[in-house]
Amino acid sequence: MPIIVVEVMPKAEILDPQGKAVAGALTRLGYTQFSAVRMGKRFELTVEGPVTAETLAAAKVIADEILSNAVIEDVVSVTELGA
Amino acid sequence: MSTHVADTVENAIATPDKEQPYAALGLKPDEYAQIREILGRRPTSGELAMYSVMWSEHCSYKSSKMYLRQFGQKVSEKMKEKLMVGMGENAGVVDVGEGWAVTFKVESHNHPSYIEPFQGAATGVGGIVRDIISMGARPVAIMDQLRFGAIDHPDTARVVNGVVSGISFYGNCLGLPNIGGETYFDSVYQGNPLVNALSVGVLRHEDLHLANASGVGNKIVLFGARTGGDGIGGASILASDSFDAAGPTKRPAVQVGDPFAEKVLIECCLELYRLGLVEGIQDLGAAGISCATSELAANGDGGMIVHLEEVLLRDPTLTAEEILMSESQERMMAVVEPSKLDAFLAVVAKWDVETSVLGEVTDTGRLIIHHFGEEIVNVDPSTVAVDGPVYERPVAYPLWLDALQKDSASTLPRATSGAELREQVIRLVASPNLADKSFITDQYDYFVMGNTALSFPDDAGMIRVDEESGLGFAIATDANGRYCQLDPYAGARLALAEAYRNVAVSGAVPVAVTDCLNFGSPENPEVMWQFKQAVEGLADGCLELEIPVTGGNVSFYNQTGDQPIFPTPVVGVLGIIDDVARRIPSAWQDEGNNIYLLGYTRDELDGSAWAGTIHDHLGGLPPILDLSTEMDLAGLLQGAAIESLVLSAHDLSDGGLAQALAESVMRFGVGARVWLNDIIERDGVDATAALFSESTARVLVSVDREDDVRFVGLCNARNYPVLRIGVTDQRGDDAVLDVQGQFIIPVSEIRERSNETLPKYFG
Repeated sequence: MPIIVVEVMPKAEILDPQGKAVAGALTRLGYTQFSAVRMGKRFELTVEGPVTAETLAAAKVIADEILSNAVIEDVVSVTELGA
Repeated sequence: MSTHVADTVENAIATPDKEQPYAALGLKPDEYAQIREILGRRPTSGELAMYSVMWSEHCSYKSSKMYLRQFGQKVSEKMKEKLMVGMGENAGVVDVGEGWAVTFKVESHNHPSYIEPFQGAATGVGGIVRDIISMGARPVAIMDQLRFGAIDHPDTARVVNGVVSGISFYGNCLGLPNIGGETYFDSVYQGNPLVNALSVGVLRHEDLHLANASGVGNKIVLFGARTGGDGIGGASILASDSFDAAGPTKRPAVQVGDPFAEKVLIECCLELYRLGLVEGIQDLGAAGISCATSELAANGDGGMIVHLEEVLLRDPTLTAEEILMSESQERMMAVVEPSKLDAFLAVVAKWDVETSVLGEVTDTGRLIIHHFGEEIVNVDPSTVAVDGPVYERPVAYPLWLDALQKDSASTLPRATSGAELREQVIRLVASPNLADKSFITDQYDYFVMGNTALSFPDDAGMIRVDEESGLGFAIATDANGRYCQLDPYAGARLALAEAYRNVAVSGAVPVAVTDCLNFGSPENPEVMWQFKQAVEGLADGCLELEIPVTGGNVSFYNQTGDQPIFPTPVVGVLGIIDDVARRIPSAWQDEGNNIYLLGYTRDELDGSAWAGTIHDHLGGLPPILDLSTEMDLAGLLQGAAIESLVLSAHDLSDGGLAQALAESVMRFGVGARVWLNDIIERDGVDATAALFSESTARVLVSVDREDDVRFVGLCNARNYPVLRIGVTDQRGDDAVLDVQGQFIIPVSEIRERSNETLPKYFG
């Protein structure tokens, strides 16, 4: 069955404590080539039947309204997996 | 790197007529004109950024200042005795003896908590904790005073769950016990919840630190988190070169906090203090670097030079104005002697805290800020931080108030039978404002650090300060918005009295006050009248009780649509107890003890929980208050605590005797047999008033039979009214609250009804 992938990231201006913690750990482990890490969320929505424009539109709505917090996060992409 | 070129002082002189977006930054035309007059030229965009945030209501207290002065004026010598630091600093500091001091303060984070409840409430905790650190103290406890909209409104759960998780997340991660607070629901807070956060810290006298930059040549050091684009919604207006150019970049108005970074910052600061490496210190909160630099300079030698490009940035595209206004969390600014700088840097490096030296203290009387060699700010810091505008806003007696006060609850129908009283008791117990709050408080850690002597649901929180002697403090907060709506002067005094009484029933001696004054818009003359009355009431009350206001916060513009919130002056009272082992718990724990009611019961149902819950009524005049009686009561309780005469003491407030009895039987499952006839006979009230009246200066105590004679003797010697109204009964599954001749309710039923309310809506 097709899958729609929604990716959500903390807004660029907002502190991302998780990403910061990972970046700190990487430096401690010797991976000094990475100067920053930002950590987001990925959702996989399995679709009943084919992905239509309407399903994608519905996915965009829930991405904006339910899966992300518009005050501090951005929806980066809503795409069909492998499409 | 940014291509944005900051507006320089030189440029400001050369282009006097450049249009500036002062109105969009919240400045009024006359305020902008005043800035131009102070500077003798137009402000640079950086200066405009600084003035606009520092002259905002939030930072400048421009509408409240003229009233708040009373807290400094209405003081007696006795009130100053224990006060080490009073109003105006980051937090007040009180001498608690044995070389220890306690610092405490309550602050609002209302508006961010509505937009983004989780982060808003979390950063509220973070902010108040940094105020405490900046006094030189170790934070040891937090509390939260919450007001939400109607419990059954569809948006309330979003705000409640976000706020509560935000507080528990930040507080629990910091490892601080949350030892009390309040939660109320009322539709007036629907679009404007109140999220007040209080923190308490403990320090040795010699560790006291203040926020001033003195000593020419001393270094200005910024340390902690990097500066990012958080909470600078307003600054984006300045980021575009000219006002009408391409639209402003969108910057978020809220901040995200990192409690683990703050925990490191606490330990780092305490080590810096211990080693004597800091001359002055200030936390960065609202208005960020603008506030810290101007306040430090204004409180010190008056001059400072800062190189803004030295600020470590999380986002290299930030403009100078944005750096000045950023409200990134977990940052501190220190003043360090040059000879101690290396040692300072070694300590912060050990804690893995990022640091940069921004500049130094000067004696020029000017705060000068450079950005890549260009002078972008050159101001007298006191014009930014201290001598902001002061408004005497119009005040008007509310037109609706007379009618409201005439609409007394005394005419409402009363219960006519024991069965009806029983039903009303249950309805009150289950009502949102009186129901069990453990759904909320169970999300908080209240025993961490191992010094918690009392916490929720006791009347006051209590923390041990000294492990050897047992010295400790107690703290309680209160505010009854309904009373304040009926009469803000009396309401503020009632809040003070209740917090005072709550501290007294724990066995502690009340010594100092902090307040968070939550009101509607100061531009509404009726709101301004409420504010004026409340501040007067509080200041007069503190003078009568001889305990000083040590600091606090004012939050205006709290309204849902055009509807201002009820005036909600949250009052926190701090008390000292010589040995926390002598604390008095709030509820009885054993069978066969006598139950006494201290104080008189009057027929006072106006503004009561009974009127609100049973009749959906608010009107009349709040209960009569006599603060000298409250002082007598506190003295009596302290006497009883010292001689260990009482086993429990519980203040009577919302819901009156009925609610106090319900809470006392629920707590440890020990039932009670109670009779009302003596109250009814002595005080000339009916059963409804005996159970639900909210008369002041009343406390329910339980006393061991062996101590009976001594206890009654103590009350008589102090001439305080006392009545034996019952005995504690059996515990266990069959425990009941038996109000003789009226009704019997199984304790299990009371508990079930009290416990089910919050989870039903938020679980």
